[in-house]
Amino acid sequence: MPPKNGKSLLVIVPAFNEEGAVGSVIADVHRVMPDVPVLVVDDCSSDATVTVARGAGAQVLSLPHHLGLGGCVQAGYKLAFELGYQYVIRVDGDGQHDAADIPRIFERLRSSGCEMVIGSRFVNGTGEQTSMVRALGSRFFRVVLRPILGKAVHDPTSGFVGVNRIALGVFSRSFPLEYPEIETLVVLQRRRFRFEEVPCRMLPRKSGRSSITPMKSIYYIVHVLLGVFVNVLKYERRVPKQPGRS
Amino acid sequence: MDRLLNVMTGLSALLILLVLVSVRRARIRVEYSVSWLIAALALLILSRARGLLHSIADLIGVTYPPLALVLLTGCLFLVIFYRFSLIISQLKDDNIALAQRVAILEYHVQSLKNAG
Repeated sequence: MPPKNGKSLLVIVPAFNEEGAVGSVIADVHRVMPDVPVLVVDDCSSDATVTVARGAGAQVLSLPHHLGLGGCVQAGYKLAFELGYQYVIRVDGDGQHDAADIPRIFERLRSSGCEMVIGSRFVNGTGEQTSMVRALGSRFFRVVLRPILGKAVHDPTSGFVGVNRIALGVFSRSFPLEYPEIETLVVLQRRRFRFEEVPCRMLPRKSGRSSITPMKSIYYIVHVLLGVFVNVLKYERRVPKQPGRS
Repeated sequence: MDRLLNVMTGLSALLILLVLVSVRRARIRVEYSVSWLIAALALLILSRARGLLHSIADLIGVTYPPLALVLLTGCLFLVIFYRFSLIISQLKDDNIALAQRVAILEYHVQSLKNAG
């Protein structure tokens, strides 16, 4: 699957037991961007995710055992980087991300030159399809991240993310493994990379149900907070700030 | 005091035996058995060498020598647990990288098969 769409964009879909939704996710992406290849990264599903994905016309990268979201996404980034893609947009396999927003994320990635673009539910004060727990979590992390990032991020838990080749190279080598979305922002900040947000719609899940429980939410907050501060404290040779970069 | 020290002696001897049997059955690799054997041997010696235990108790300001032994045991095991946490973390990172590499290589093999 070498880059052949001229703009060298790849859409990756991390999926774990998403046989009920992944087919329509792929079909939606193909409908919106017919020339863009779709790579489903299957995190060792026990259902027919792989068969459904292949049947819908996607390429499939099958992990030999379950790695969790971060390991799954990173595998997709590694392959995209090896294949020479310039841009990668991640769309979740449960159908909550609206494929109609992909062109806007891609356009912003190309026109802004920033390393990452986040599809945000809250950038325009919307977010109507978000659960209360998730909205509260987002609000909490917005407050925590504001001083660390030096700018506001409206939807830090969004998994609807596009990256350019520079970020792709970095994430291929080092990527937060368990809950990657928020830690990724800190990794970017450490390297003085830029990110922007574009407004996106959040749809209801197409199948299955969320695995988020109150206990998991607490674990998530503690885990991510620790991950954020570890990344802040991590010793890495920092890239000097470039003129004109925020 | 004697009873507590005897219990510690028995536990240390049991730990040494358990580790040796596990090594013999190849359930623990030799390099990972060393930490346990050193710790168990140290406990065994301290629980039998009263003079040495009293000196250590005096040194760390503990009036009841068996308590010093329990404290030392705790510290030793903390060091061992920490060391194994480092090893497990490294192994997990290696395992993830390896699984990703296997998946990517399989992808390339499949692409070549499809092309040919």
